[in-house]
Amino acid sequence: MADKTLKLEVITPERVALQDESTSVIVPGVDGELGIWPNHAPLLAGLKPGVISYKTASGTEKLVVSGGFVEVANNTISVIAPAAEKSTEIDFTRAEEAKKRALERIAKKEGIDMARAQAALARANARLSVR
Amino acid sequence: MASGKEIKRRIRSVQNTGKITKAMKLVSASKLRRAQGSVVSARPYKDKLKDVLSRLVASAGAAVSDPLLEVREVKRVGYVVFASNKGLAGGYNANIMKEALARVQEAEANGYEVGIVAVGKKARDFFQKREYTIDEEFLTVNDIPSAVDADAITKMIKTAYVTGKYDEVHIVYAEFRSAMSQIPKTVKVLPVETPESESADGLDYIFEPSPEVVLSQILPLYLANQVFSALTEAKAGEHGARMTAMSAASDNATALVGRLDLEYNRARQAAITNEITEIVGGANALN
Repeated sequence: MADKTLKLEVITPERVALQDESTSVIVPGVDGELGIWPNHAPLLAGLKPGVISYKTASGTEKLVVSGGFVEVANNTISVIAPAAEKSTEIDFTRAEEAKKRALERIAKKEGIDMARAQAALARANARLSVR
Repeated sequence: MASGKEIKRRIRSVQNTGKITKAMKLVSASKLRRAQGSVVSARPYKDKLKDVLSRLVASAGAAVSDPLLEVREVKRVGYVVFASNKGLAGGYNANIMKEALARVQEAEANGYEVGIVAVGKKARDFFQKREYTIDEEFLTVNDIPSAVDADAITKMIKTAYVTGKYDEVHIVYAEFRSAMSQIPKTVKVLPVETPESESADGLDYIFEPSPEVVLSQILPLYLANQVFSALTEAKAGEHGARMTAMSAASDNATALVGRLDLEYNRARQAAITNEITEIVGGANALN
């Protein structure tokens, strides 16, 4: 069935960031990108900070998530993420600054939480990648 | 009887207080509306998270383990107490403190050590006065809490749990029922107790990359969400309680002004009667 669609919803603690119909979705899995097409088997996957791109009738849309996970069941994709922004909602100057800060902290390497700085860098890079 | 001037001054003072309480009531009402909105918009996330976690545990079975699920012998218990920064909210803080103190004393009776994490000045002051150890305090929570506020608290209790500072963490907050009613509640958040699956649809999930990894991603989110929803409910409750208290105070002020007005008029009348009697008395004396 060519016109079969998936329901895609992106939910964050503060709001439902997105609800849409899509024909195929690519999500940033922990071990690499995952493509999800209609009639996908039930799936639970961890996500890393990155870009979700999904095809709709009007073209390909992009959305940045900061981690979380994805559940696929009955042709519904639920992305549950601490934060999610559409490409039009991103504050790129802020992301630039965050990236600079994270890089500085990684370069200094002293008295800081390396994992946290790296996670911050990954989030900033994900945001900047859709510019 | 107080003189007219004194009563007049009293009336003015009560009227001014009434103006303040009325303004506070309006401010709280608008904050309550926004806080209620954030409670409602946080619901889909909360439900979904709970849903997925319960199904994950059901389908992965007991095979999964995670540091946040680990049940240890209890020596030290952490209590996170959510109260407000400011007073004038009726019995809101007192009710939470009563619940928190009861829980803490219960834990002490069981021979556990207790550490307090105070969210809000009122919580800190209360336990400081009773000479409990305040392990950490969070005094800068926004009126409409954001995920950032909750994250700081979550990070702190998670670290304390994983490093063994606490063997159990409970949160004490007021569950938001309505503007009039908030019910103090204690919930154990660590070790994480996985919710029972309600819909046993028995889907056979593929886990990517593995059940452990997915679980290790979900559990922190679940914990963070429990803290966040406690925070939003506590704040909504605070605004509701303040609105109710200030509304009652404004009503009292209006009633009091009415009574004082009556008293003032009576005093004025008495003074006039007095004067007339004096004049009449004086005129009679001349005759």
